[in-house]
Formats: sequence, structure tokens, C-alpha cells
Amino acid sequence: MSNLLLFPIIIPLFFAVILMIFPKRLKLQRIFAVIGAGVTLISAIVLLAKVDADGVQAVTLGSWPAPFGISMVSDPLSALLVVTSSIITLFVVFYSFPSIGVKREQSYYYPAVLFLMVGVNGAFTTGDIFNLFVFVEVLLMASYTLIVHGGEKPQLRESIKYLLVNIISSALFVAAVAFLYSVTGTLNMADLAVKIPQIEETGILTVIAVMFLVVFGFKAAIFPLYFWLPGSYYAPPIPILALFGALLTKVGVYAIMRTYTLFFTMNVGFTHELLGIIAILTILAGCVGALAYFDVKKIIIYNIIIAVGVILFGIAQLNQPGVDGSIFYLLHDMLIKAALFFLVGIVAVLFGTTDLRKMGGLIKTYPVLGWTYLVAAFGLAGIPPLSGFPGKLLIVQGGFEGPQFWGSIVILATSLIVLLSAVRIFIYAFWGEPVETVPLKGSVFNQMFIPTVILVAITVVFGVGAELFMPFISGAGEVLLNPSIYIDAVLKE
Amino acid sequence: MEIIMSVAIGFLFMAAVYLMLSKSLIRIIIGTGLLSHGAHLLLLTMGGLGGNSPPVVADGVSISDYADPLPQALILTAIVISFAVTSFFLVLAYRSYQELGTDNMDLLRGTEDHE
Repeated sequence: MSNLLLFPIIIPLFFAVILMIFPKRLKLQRIFAVIGAGVTLISAIVLLAKVDADGVQAVTLGSWPAPFGISMVSDPLSALLVVTSSIITLFVVFYSFPSIGVKREQSYYYPAVLFLMVGVNGAFTTGDIFNLFVFVEVLLMASYTLIVHGGEKPQLRESIKYLLVNIISSALFVAAVAFLYSVTGTLNMADLAVKIPQIEETGILTVIAVMFLVVFGFKAAIFPLYFWLPGSYYAPPIPILALFGALLTKVGVYAIMRTYTLFFTMNVGFTHELLGIIAILTILAGCVGALAYFDVKKIIIYNIIIAVGVILFGIAQLNQPGVDGSIFYLLHDMLIKAALFFLVGIVAVLFGTTDLRKMGGLIKTYPVLGWTYLVAAFGLAGIPPLSGFPGKLLIVQGGFEGPQFWGSIVILATSLIVLLSAVRIFIYAFWGEPVETVPLKGSVFNQMFIPTVILVAITVVFGVGAELFMPFISGAGEVLLNPSIYIDAVLKE
Repeated sequence: MEIIMSVAIGFLFMAAVYLMLSKSLIRIIIGTGLLSHGAHLLLLTMGGLGGNSPPVVADGVSISDYADPLPQALILTAIVISFAVTSFFLVLAYRSYQELGTDNMDLLRGTEDHE
């Protein structure tokens, strides 16, 4: 029992509340936002070290015995995700300084970012399905603020739809929790994992499992529930888009990962096959979008959808390489999506447009930017030794070992489409006839570029040094595949 | 009692879907309100309606005849959240009406520079 796992949730909450007191003090806002995100990152890393050394950490709030109180559980997967999301939030805060605009910074922008962090870290850490709903609502509330932040016309128009979709999915979430509670009589995830195998009537549980897939599918943007994502994510400015693209859908993906490995395993033949098929359809739908648009933001947004499909396909296989690969790819995707959004953000600022056809020849004036983008694009597509490769390799291997080998073939084929869609930006924006760029002060460019380069460097290290990180990944995969480790940590304190 | 509740929940969901499919933003917001009411009632009903039974296990009250207090705790949380979201939605709708000059969802489609 250790309270350490609560720090990544409480610290950003504390700093967000402090930041709300003096919204107009720009310098203080920035300093406190960096301190808040930085201290959270440090606590997350300490937590990861603790989880790595001592195994799964669990604490049940209010000192109630485990299935009755609200359990918070930090297994290697959730600790890794908390660390990664903290890294991304910190970099988004740095990237926001030059790019988000003083007016937004003075209107509770940083508190909203930190509240989002509270919700995301909480959703990754919680061990109670209703508490997951609460943390998801916390992060959604912060995301509503961020998506409409600034109040431009497209933002207002898109946030209405974003809000509506999420209200519907939240209502379905409550309904699904209600059904689950009436069947099992518990909402603690570890307790669910004990009780569900004892129930002989699996039909109703399969229905509930699919209901949860729909609920989390709305958040994770799986086929056919991804329809809201391209429009809504297009509206907010780049730093917010990077935050959303890197973190929000991943909460849905994590929730599917957790529920579909821990307790919805009573009818694998149906639920996981369905998940695998949906994952493949998600990849295909994302590919169509990624190739269809000439807009840099849209292309990367559709790549979010592709990645969601790839991760879920690995989980659907429910074997060791598939799950390990999914975890690796999930972490890789969070980092690389943030980096890519940062890069296209700089490109969009330089050209004053997001339309690829109005760009060209940037490699002559900004060569380092160009090569950094190319590295990130190759990382996204999974060219060895960059970070997309080990995860995808394991997922494909998992697919070939499982029943859905055709899915692996689709993933391999679509990797080329991913590469094409990302390199297309390189060809259009960096090659060709130089187009006049918007003059940008060197200091502003550096402020945007330095966090970006560091983030790309992290993904390169994550890919090249994959051997270094594999013990963490396979540790996380082991807990997912052997629910008894998780159950013992929560119920036997 | 559970049957009556189930019918009421079904009716709320039906009305919510009907309202949310209309074009006017304010009807949609009322629809989301009804939808969350339906979900909350479902939560309460699914936990089992206790009737007059006490919500605590004490002397003379066995596990079999006590009312489960957990659904009430859950529903309270869910009500607070849906209240906050609905009020945010109303403010957002008002602001959008001011900025965009319409509350018709048909006219709120796509982006300006959509090709």
C-alpha cells in the first residue's frame, strides 16, 4: 500500500487550482504550468521505478477493504502511460509559449491543460469502473474547455458536435455500468475479474462487453464511431490538437485494453474476433482519409485513427507478442503523434496555411526542420530502427500466431499507405519550388522547434533503444495476460 | 415496480433520441438532458429497488433484505456530472448562437475552407 500512485493525479490538480487564482499574470502562469507538469513527470517516473521494483501498486481510498472502497491501481502499463502522458503534457506546455497566443494564455489555458492531465492520469490509474467514468468526465470537461478555447467560429461549431457525441457516449457509459452492476454486483475491476468467470450465463456478459466496446469506441475513435474525430480535432489550435491527438483517444484505447484483458474474457471467440475485425476496418477507414486530404492537419488526424486500429488489433489477439506489441505501439504513438503535430504546426505557421498545395521548397530555408520531419515520418511508418518498428513487428507476429493472420497482412500493407501519407507532406512542403513563407522571428522558431526536436529525439531513443525498454513493456504485458497478478495486488493487501 | 421503471426509462430514451434528431440546438440539449435522466434511472433500477428496506446491515437486518445504497451514490455522482455538462452545453449554445447567428444544425455543417 502506497500513496505514491496518487501524486500524478493530485499534483496537476493542485497546480491547476493555484493557476486559476491569477489568470492575467502571464509569467507566473507559464512558470507554474511548467513546474506543475514537471513535478508531475518526476512523480510519475518515481512511481514507475517503484512499480518496476516492487510490483503492482494498489491503494483503496478511505482505508476501506478492497472491493468496497475505490481502488487505485498502478500496474506497469498504467505507470508507463502516466509517464508518457506527463512527458507529452510538459512538452505541449513548452510548445504553447510561442504558439498559442497571449490572449489564450491569459484565459485559463494552462489550468485547463493541467485539469486534462488530472483526468488522463486518473483514468490510467483507477481500478474501479465507475471511477473510470468519473475521471473520463474530468478529462472531457477539460477537453470541452480546450476545444472551444478562444471561441473562433469553427471551434464553436465543432465543439457542439464534440460535446453532443461525448454526452451520448457518457450516457451509454452509465447505462453499461448499470447493467454490469446488476449482473455482477460489483464495480471494482479486480473484483469483476474474480466474479465474472464464476457467472455461467455468458450471453448477457457478452452484450455488456460489446456495450463497453461501443462506449470506449466513441472515445478511442474506432470504426464506425470515429466520424466525429476529424472535424472536431481540426478546429482547435495546434498545441491543443497535439494534446488531444496524443492523449484523448488513447484513454479510450487503454480502457478497451484493460477491460478486454482483465475481465471481458468469457467469450473470446466472439468479442475479441469482433474487436480484431473492427480494428482492421478502423485502419482501412483511416487510410482512406489519410490519402484523401491535402491538408497537413487532416492527414495526421487520420493517422491517429490508423494507429488506434493497429493497437487494438494487437490486443484482440490476446497472445504475448500481440499484447506486448500493442503496449509498445501505444507508447510510441503517443510520442510520435505529439511530435508530428508539433512539426506540422511549425510548417503551417511558416506557410500561413495548412493546405499542402500552397506549400513548397522549405528544405532550402529550414533544412533541419525538414530532416527532423522526415525522421518523425519514418518513425510513424515504422521503418527500422525507429520507434514504430518494434511495436508493429510484435503486433504482426501476434496476428500470425493467432487466428486473424489476414489482419497482419493488412497491417503490413497499410504501413506503406501510412508512409506515403506522411512522406507526401515532406514532398509537398519541403521539396519543389520554394513558396514565399511568412517571416518568423528566429527566437520564436527556436522556441517551437526545440521542444519538437527533443520529442523526436525521445522517439528515436525509444525505437533504437527498444531492448532497453522491453523489460518494462513485457512486464506490463505479463500483467495484462495474467489477471491474477492484478487481482492479487488489489484484493490481498 | 421494476416494470414501471423500465417502461419509464425506455420512454425517456425514446424521447431523448427523438429530440436529439431534430435540427434545433435547444431541442438537442433538452434531449441530452432526458438521455442522462434515463441513464440515471436505469442505474437506480438496475441496482434493485429496495422499497422500505434499510440501507445498512445492522442487528436484525440480514444481507437478503437490505437495500443496496451504492446505486444511490453512483447516481448522485452521475447527476452532478450531467448537470455540469448540460449547463456548459447551454452556455456554449448561447455563445454559438451569438457568434454564428444560427441554432440550426443543418447550417452548422463542415468547415468554411472545405473543399
